[in-house]
Amino acid sequence: MNALDQIFVSTLHRLAGFAPASARPLVSMLLIIAGLMALFGTCFALATILERKTLGRMQNRYGPNRVGPFGLFQPIADGVKMLIKEDIVPFSADQALHFLAPLVLTVPVWLAFAVLPFGRNMSAIELDSGILFFFAIGSASELAVFMAGWSSQNKYSLLGAMRAIAQMISYEVPLVLASVPALIAAGSLSLPAIVQAQSGFALGWVPRWNVFTPWGLAGFALFLIAATAESNRCPFDLPEGESELIAGYLTEYSGFKYALFFLGEYLGLFAVTGLAVTLFLGGWQAPAPWLQWLPTWGWFALKFSALIFLFIWARATLPRLRLDQLLHFAWKFLVPLALINLVVAVAWCKSGLWQFPAALEIRWLLGAGVLAASYVGLGRSWKGGYPERRQYNYAQ
Amino acid sequence: MLNEISFYLLAALTVACAVAAMALRRLVHCALCAAAAFAGLALIYLQLDAEFVGFAQLLVYVGAIAILIVFAVLLTRGEEAAPGGRQSSPSWISGVGIAVLLLAGLLLPILASPSLQHGAPPAPVPSVKRIGEELMTRYVLPLEMVGVLLTAALLGAVVIALREPSDGNLPGNSPAQQRAKTGEAMNL
Repeated sequence: MNALDQIFVSTLHRLAGFAPASARPLVSMLLIIAGLMALFGTCFALATILERKTLGRMQNRYGPNRVGPFGLFQPIADGVKMLIKEDIVPFSADQALHFLAPLVLTVPVWLAFAVLPFGRNMSAIELDSGILFFFAIGSASELAVFMAGWSSQNKYSLLGAMRAIAQMISYEVPLVLASVPALIAAGSLSLPAIVQAQSGFALGWVPRWNVFTPWGLAGFALFLIAATAESNRCPFDLPEGESELIAGYLTEYSGFKYALFFLGEYLGLFAVTGLAVTLFLGGWQAPAPWLQWLPTWGWFALKFSALIFLFIWARATLPRLRLDQLLHFAWKFLVPLALINLVVAVAWCKSGLWQFPAALEIRWLLGAGVLAASYVGLGRSWKGGYPERRQYNYAQ
Repeated sequence: MLNEISFYLLAALTVACAVAAMALRRLVHCALCAAAAFAGLALIYLQLDAEFVGFAQLLVYVGAIAILIVFAVLLTRGEEAAPGGRQSSPSWISGVGIAVLLLAGLLLPILASPSLQHGAPPAPVPSVKRIGEELMTRYVLPLEMVGVLLTAALLGAVVIALREPSDGNLPGNSPAQQRAKTGEAMNL
């Protein structure tokens, strides 16, 4: 079991062992980078075909089924098509920024994978403040979106970029606030330490994952919602709303640059999903003691795939929001709820010293009660969803 | 050796970006160059093993302040400088004066500080935990003060932004049009 669990680590050591001793750190770093890029590049291809297939099934149609068995080679065909398509740059575009924008979006996203612990001993670099690195790297994507929208010199692109940046800034606040309780509980900013803090089982069979605490459950839901918005996915995909903005900041992009934007978007989704697994679902920990024979990276992959499927499912099920609803939702609902959740999490950690019988159940009920009450209270008091009837001048 | 090379590369990059941020003609290019200079500074912090400061610099300056600048440029949309026009403002002399004064104000206390006399102290290990403990114990009052100050600034910004234009003063400002306008503003 242990050999299988550490197979990637030992393979890496063996491969790096062929290099001379002085070059060994560099070689092993390069090997890790190549591995991560190959893995998540493949994940990207698989996710596109899975997404199109699942969407097709949920909308009662087949989805792509022409290239290869069950249409499995569709991503390859798409990739070739994107590569050989003409790359059109508008005449009035700002050439340098137009070229740089997809790169600025895609390159930092790769860096985010460096700190995720994919299994036991399996994070590329173990940073003392790993999660801070994750969010710091993510902030480059907003600039990239702005560069894309502005350099196209096109009003739809610019409007799309403004929407996208407003949305990303707004949802970054609940995203970070929702992940803070997990850091408090672990007492560390390092992602492997956060996973380690979620090991073991309460009452003998409930894993000590953060998602099984009241604040963890609420935080997980908040995190998923904010992550969907951060990665511009349905139901929050209105920055690229094709019906009203002809794809927003992507309007003037074609060919491989367009593919790079999609790559960056999917990779961002993967990275933030990996973070959700690490923060709330116990990272690579097995859900039960008798299931620990499966390697740790296998558990990570399972949880990761389940969350990705959840995102695809949400895309197939939920309608798109309006922009004002979207921003109201972030600032008037998610942010206050995340703040209340923070208080509940601190109270939970402090009340860990309670010694009387059934303390765990009482803590759980108290925390869940406070969160449920604030959820209902905030939702009832929130008028954002029911604005006064609007007058449309040209549509009556 | 390798460390020095990377330091000089990073320093050259940062300075070049800072110069470009002042010298370029289009305002958006300047803003983006400023963001690149902020990022270069963060990399220099990282090279000095100041992990927390480096990441915080990235998060705050690239993630927030650069975006703020870009938004301000976008929303104001001032006229671009004419190709042949002069680029420096007429009051550049006072700008130079302020820069010199600021540099002097920073340099004098640094040169006068006693820590320069007794050599470099052993480099501390600035772990995140240590920073957090210091912030929560020794520097808790400054931290709270900064928090209050920032909250006040935030509230002030909201109050300024909330001021609605008084309707009825402008001709032809029927409530329906007013509503359409606010709808448009929201849809932006």
